[in-house]
Amino acid sequence: MADGTTDQGPVTMLATPISLDFEFTPGVAQSKFLRGLERGEFLGQRCGTCGQVYVPSRGTCPTDGVATTEDVVLGNSGTVTTYCVVNVPFAGQAIEIPYICAQILLDGANLSFMGLLQEIPTDQIRMGMRVEAVWVDEAELIPSLASVKYFRPNGEPDADYDTYKEYL
Amino acid sequence: MSAAGRTVRPVSIASFAQSQNVRKDNERNEAEGLQPVIAEVFANVGITKDDVDFICSGSTDYLIGGPFSFVMALDAVGVWPPRAESHVEMDGAWALYEAWVLFQEGEIDAALVYAFGRSSLGDLNEILTLQLDPYYEAPLWPDIVSLNALQARAMIDAGKATEADFAAIASRSRRDALSNPKAQVRHDVAPDVLLEDDYVVAPLRRHALPPITDGAAAIVLAAGDKALQWSERPVWITGFDHRMETHSLGARDLTVSPSTAKAAEVAGVADGNVDIAEIHAPFAHQELIIAEALGLDDSVAVNPSGGPLAANPLMSAGLIRIGEAASRIRAGQADRAVAHATSGPCLQQNLVCVLEGA
Repeated sequence: MADGTTDQGPVTMLATPISLDFEFTPGVAQSKFLRGLERGEFLGQRCGTCGQVYVPSRGTCPTDGVATTEDVVLGNSGTVTTYCVVNVPFAGQAIEIPYICAQILLDGANLSFMGLLQEIPTDQIRMGMRVEAVWVDEAELIPSLASVKYFRPNGEPDADYDTYKEYL
Repeated sequence: MSAAGRTVRPVSIASFAQSQNVRKDNERNEAEGLQPVIAEVFANVGITKDDVDFICSGSTDYLIGGPFSFVMALDAVGVWPPRAESHVEMDGAWALYEAWVLFQEGEIDAALVYAFGRSSLGDLNEILTLQLDPYYEAPLWPDIVSLNALQARAMIDAGKATEADFAAIASRSRRDALSNPKAQVRHDVAPDVLLEDDYVVAPLRRHALPPITDGAAAIVLAAGDKALQWSERPVWITGFDHRMETHSLGARDLTVSPSTAKAAEVAGVADGNVDIAEIHAPFAHQELIIAEALGLDDSVAVNPSGGPLAANPLMSAGLIRIGEAASRIRAGQADRAVAHATSGPCLQQNLVCVLEGA
């Protein structure tokens, strides 16, 4: 035993696997947002102090630090504020490359979120493009953004730069 | 002046607020749970976030199981336009210490300090194992209750305590908590009845363990004119220090707390009479260790709030000790108090704060 450890030299690496399980609590406001997705709608919240509409809302206004209590149902359409075309394969990739990952500012919202853009060639995507959400079949709606299959162009003319320049 | 002859800039605990301490808050996220506490701590003294120069928080991502939870929690404060802000991955008592240092350097005149933690989201006994040395101790997964049971056993073996002492501390704490509406475990059960509890890990019976608590707390600090404007009876921090022992449990005598004793010496605990002490001793036997290290005699009222045996919101429980002690001075129930906070396994790191009424 002692000879064996001597022959093997010093220990230079140690693997100590760690695994912990946690519950996740979305909170009151995000639960409303998730329930909205289950109904096929985007639900945000407005700050009573500054009037900004957050989607999803985390229940407080990050500018004013007050509770957001007014629920706001947002439109199904929005504007692409910025985007990238994903050409790089990576582990666990679920979508065929190339595809478009876009920041989308829903109509009536003051916060953009990331969405998949499809039904358009990747070389035709542009800032200001008007898009709409395509939902899964009603029977498949769940309280998750997986209920939104993707966004696609809705055929409207591009939005004026001034309408989204604050959200880049 | 404090002990050790240092000149200390007087800083006042201007306001204190804490959430209701509960076993599990599974409706609100961190920001939603914290926001009413922040609103209350400001409203107590009629100020807003614009009146403080600095914000410092204490929390840990290990409780929520996700990264940057302290950044998400800033939504409860509102930090636009940008604010001077900092965070410690420690109990909020250490966040308060960081702010106090900036006061000493003359950088700020008012600060918000807060802490939050939901202990209910994972297996706390396992999560706390990860604060151990990662090479020799943590891979063995010694759970934290068992480690504290070793400490309690060492107390008994050294002739410093009995199981009846642990029961007496638990009984007194939860009886005192009857007058604290924010506490979680409040009841009047005699020590001899508690001694009929089963062992969780011998020699610790159920009553000698802290409750698992979700909660948050906040304090506003002020100096100079603001301290006088915001409080009719300012409560001044007159001594403050924190010390740490080795992380190797086997290298420590677990029945004593030299880090607390050193912090108490530097903070000047012995420079005057101590009316009350709020001690952050999550396990009953630890109160005896800390009280001895602080040099307290039997005349000192220990944990009149009920202490951590009545509510132990991780990351906030130490900050709450400072808030509770200050509240009693402000209410005229005490003139001089000692607040203590701990961190790490088996009282590894300790903070001592001396508070005095004007």
